[in-house]
Amino acid sequence: MSSDTTTKIPEAAAAPPPGAATPKRRVPQGHQRLLTRRDRIALGLMAGLPTILHVALVWVTALASIALAFTTWDGIGFDSIQWVGLRNFEELFEQNPQFWPAVEHNVIWFVVLIALPTPLGLFLAVQLDKNIRFSRVYQTAFFLPVVLSMAVIGFVWQLVYNPDTGLINSIIGANEPGRYIDWIGDPDLNLWAILIAASWRHTGYMMILYLAGLKGVDPSLREASALDGANEWQTFKNVIFPTLRPTNTVVLVVTIIEALRAFDLVYVFNKGAEGTELLSILVTNNIIGESSRIGYGSAIAVVLLVISLAVIIPYLVATFRKERRA
Amino acid sequence: MSSTVMTKVRTPVRPARILLHVFLAGAAPAWLAPLLWALYSAMRSYAETSEKGYVSWPDKLSFDNFTNAFTQSDMGHYFVNTVIIAVPAVLVTLFLSSMVAFYVSRFDFRLNLALLLVFTAGNLLPQQVVITPLYRLYLLIDLPGITMSGKLYDSALGLVLIHVAFQSGFCAFVLSNYMRSLPHELTEAALVDGASVWRQYWQIVLPLCRPAMAALATLLSIWIYNDFFWALVLISTGENMPITSALNNLTGAYFTDPNLVAAGALLTAIPTLIVYFVLQRQFVSGLTLGANKG
Repeated sequence: MSSDTTTKIPEAAAAPPPGAATPKRRVPQGHQRLLTRRDRIALGLMAGLPTILHVALVWVTALASIALAFTTWDGIGFDSIQWVGLRNFEELFEQNPQFWPAVEHNVIWFVVLIALPTPLGLFLAVQLDKNIRFSRVYQTAFFLPVVLSMAVIGFVWQLVYNPDTGLINSIIGANEPGRYIDWIGDPDLNLWAILIAASWRHTGYMMILYLAGLKGVDPSLREASALDGANEWQTFKNVIFPTLRPTNTVVLVVTIIEALRAFDLVYVFNKGAEGTELLSILVTNNIIGESSRIGYGSAIAVVLLVISLAVIIPYLVATFRKERRA
Repeated sequence: MSSTVMTKVRTPVRPARILLHVFLAGAAPAWLAPLLWALYSAMRSYAETSEKGYVSWPDKLSFDNFTNAFTQSDMGHYFVNTVIIAVPAVLVTLFLSSMVAFYVSRFDFRLNLALLLVFTAGNLLPQQVVITPLYRLYLLIDLPGITMSGKLYDSALGLVLIHVAFQSGFCAFVLSNYMRSLPHELTEAALVDGASVWRQYWQIVLPLCRPAMAALATLLSIWIYNDFFWALVLISTGENMPITSALNNLTGAYFTDPNLVAAGALLTAIPTLIVYFVLQRQFVSGLTLGANKG
């Protein structure tokens, strides 16, 4: 539904001829009237050049993905592009054995991130917000994984999960033939193993967002609640948490987007082999794999695009609307 | 700082506080355990660990794996590749997005909100949504003599462009919020004095944005340094890879020596850790600049 609205937006904004932009003022400021012709040209270039780059590389390519999703193409010459209507989607939804597992894994990814690291990050933030000694040291420790690249996190956790040499199997004595627990290779285990690594990183991120949110809570609220005789948990539940609503919205959106974007960690772990398929991995495998099924890969990208826009657009529209009112 | 010390003196130490300290003092090292384990593995020799197992007391700890990983894999070269990509990408992103932010936040053109929406939404898209046409586009664009590959594909320039295009969405959003908070009188006075739009931007607004720019620069450096996906798809020659994706290629060669892989992975993380520890305040404020609006 929202893909419709957004596909129009880039076109509308792709060519903002600000030189010619009718300076209809929403707020009377008398600003535009003073602009000289040269100023208008300067403004046009200042906004125009970045917009052209951004729209060409991000939005035009996103639109092109949509177009390609209705074709088949082996990538050699443009003559071989053939319109096939919805065939790619039919094949994707009905035949591809990897598609529905990938969708399911993306959903699981989101559910796990919202169920484990988010409350944990909130908990840590609430504790660290109490102004205790060494707060900064603790904060750094929990936040450190966020600074690392997903690729590095993938390598580090492989050292933990490796069946032969890994930390876990070495400790529980499962590193001998016959007793192996194959955390990376077993399709029943590998997604969960990766999700622990992903949650490890996500917790620090959530902690920082909530810490920033908690800094904005009016201290007099706490005092009032203490005077009313509320204990710590009651204060948090009835006073603090409700004021964190804006942060919660951001956290929800960030987490959905992280779940849709998930890629690096899985790619480093096992390239999205059995048990860890994700939509992002399927798209990538269709271009850099040897198959080069461009139309088909684009159809998967379109599924990803539609889901993303269904989250991004309402969120941003609400955000901007609020800002304008403010 | 002094106020917290003061309150500490005044309030009696409650058991709950002690419990919290015990919890955090235990949880924080446990949280870092995977990294510490990687460090421990990296400091032991392969011969020793394969004989005694990984969970064992070390005979000898050394940084040999780090020096080996660095020299054997030519990491310096990949690090230079990354710098060639990241430095221009960060600077150009900040430059372009600050201009867009200036346009959007200091004037009341009709398309302002739509424009900002386009930038911000673009930044939130998963990269795979655009990669297929982008990859084809990069293969189509010939740049003989400009890039080593003769194309936009497989070049540092190509990576710089996509980083700029993608990240300018986030930066434009943050900077426009920041610029909107600057008093309008500043530029109006200049305007009355006959200062051109460019001068208002370059000499008045931009210098005032320094804190936000510093925060964004820190954040962008780490993000672009950590990029894995764009380089994986848009660079084909191993030689041209930035360090994060090069590491992925190199592990093939090291496959039999996890200790060396650990050392290599930790080495690539060092620059981001340095940036983080030195510019912690900027980094954290950058993350929350964009997120705490709303």
